[in-house]
Amino acid sequence: MADVVDLREAVAALVRDGDAVAMEGFTHLIPFAAGHEVLRQGRTALELIRMTPDVLYDQLIGMGAARRLVFSYAGNPGVGSLHRIRDAVEHGWPRPLELEEHSHAGMANRYAAGAAGMPCALMRGYVGTDLERHTRVERVTCPFTGEQLVAVPALEPDVAIVHAQEADRAGNVQLWGIPGVQKEAVLAAKRSLVTVERIVDALELRPGGVVLPGWTIDAVAVAPGGSRPSYAHGITRRDNDFYRQWDAISRDRERFAAWMEANVLAAVAA
Amino acid sequence: MSGEIQTIAAARSLRGKRSVFIGVGRPSTAAILARMVHNPDLVLFYESGTIGAKPHRVPLSIGDDELAETADAVVSVAEMFNYWIGPGRVEVAFLGAAQVDRHADLNSTVIGDYAGPRTRLPGAGGAPEIALGCPEVVVIAPHSPRTFVERLDFKTTSGAHTTAVITDLGVLEPRDGELTLTAVHPGVSVERVREATGWELRVAGSVATTEEPTDEELAALRELVARG
Repeated sequence: MADVVDLREAVAALVRDGDAVAMEGFTHLIPFAAGHEVLRQGRTALELIRMTPDVLYDQLIGMGAARRLVFSYAGNPGVGSLHRIRDAVEHGWPRPLELEEHSHAGMANRYAAGAAGMPCALMRGYVGTDLERHTRVERVTCPFTGEQLVAVPALEPDVAIVHAQEADRAGNVQLWGIPGVQKEAVLAAKRSLVTVERIVDALELRPGGVVLPGWTIDAVAVAPGGSRPSYAHGITRRDNDFYRQWDAISRDRERFAAWMEANVLAAVAA
Repeated sequence: MSGEIQTIAAARSLRGKRSVFIGVGRPSTAAILARMVHNPDLVLFYESGTIGAKPHRVPLSIGDDELAETADAVVSVAEMFNYWIGPGRVEVAFLGAAQVDRHADLNSTVIGDYAGPRTRLPGAGGAPEIALGCPEVVVIAPHSPRTFVERLDFKTTSGAHTTAVITDLGVLEPRDGELTLTAVHPGVSVERVREATGWELRVAGSVATTEEPTDEELAALRELVARG
């Protein structure tokens, strides 16, 4: 059974310097509160894994918490660039960032392989693009049909961190709306932390809901609004204005640092 | 106006189509417009996992909650790519890119050298496998020599399934493996399209002119944009 604990305690127990950390949530349920707690606790040299780094990883990378990024689309959706990630890649500021990039299909299949306990996943793709030469894929031949496929290596993060709408007192979790790759990320990871909007007496099963039994999770922490400026379907709304404002905040190194100091480092965990 | 005709031309390309895969921005506007004016049964796929979304407004992100609330089904990312896109269940894909070459190959990864890029772009996202899985790919891009280049800095996505490139100046279609100008928008000369293309552009023997926007198309598009 997952322990229902304080967010500070959960991050202190589960996230270590140098870990490969996957904070997932595909354009929805992005675990901002937990990511900010990782920053406040000063974790460094992380390998950050995430399909769409989004504003959350722009913040972690801009603060110098990461040495490596594994991803498939590093943009601010509908707005433009993630300026802190670009600054790290283009100018090594505040420190150089090693990249390993894939396509969305590649990343999703890598998580699914990790969840399945398989060493790799098979798919079509990569062949005939420059991505093939710059990332970790290998061509394989289907033993039944002879078709040329590619194998992508399983993702097995040290820690997966996701946000969900609710958990019961035994730490069983349910999320609904856009499900992304959270189930795969939690099942693929060695350790996992789920933040939730609320604790309920009993989970009420929802259409399309994804349930993670408490025994698949190490810790559950209550963090109301913990995915803002992303959102929790049915509970909070995506703050599109903030995503637009982030463009100007993150463009300038000093303005970014001041914003992070005032809004993240000086803040207290939920 | 040149932006409007591009969106309207893209929406028209979805007449009679069953389904379309779209990202944010102009492709999304065009597909929603197509549902309003030409094809109310068109099924919209967003890579966030929403199948059959019926947005009333143009979403800022593919994860906007209106997409999930109005969808026929909402699926995981692995399911979206492995069960829906991969086997070709989505008829048309709209894609954008920072660079397009004469083979309709696309770059959305870097400008400059990969190891030390001048501009780091967002990266592949879903594009490579969408372009591989969908039988028809329509590229929507602004027409300038910066975008339509002789040589891509990085080949992110193959143009093998591309059926049309719709720009703010006209329409290019592959002829014997090379993008060829087949239509210009009203008021645009072939010469202007040539100047906005970074290679020696091949021009069809007879170049059509895009039909003027109808009052219905313009009114619907302006209403959609005004919804914000």
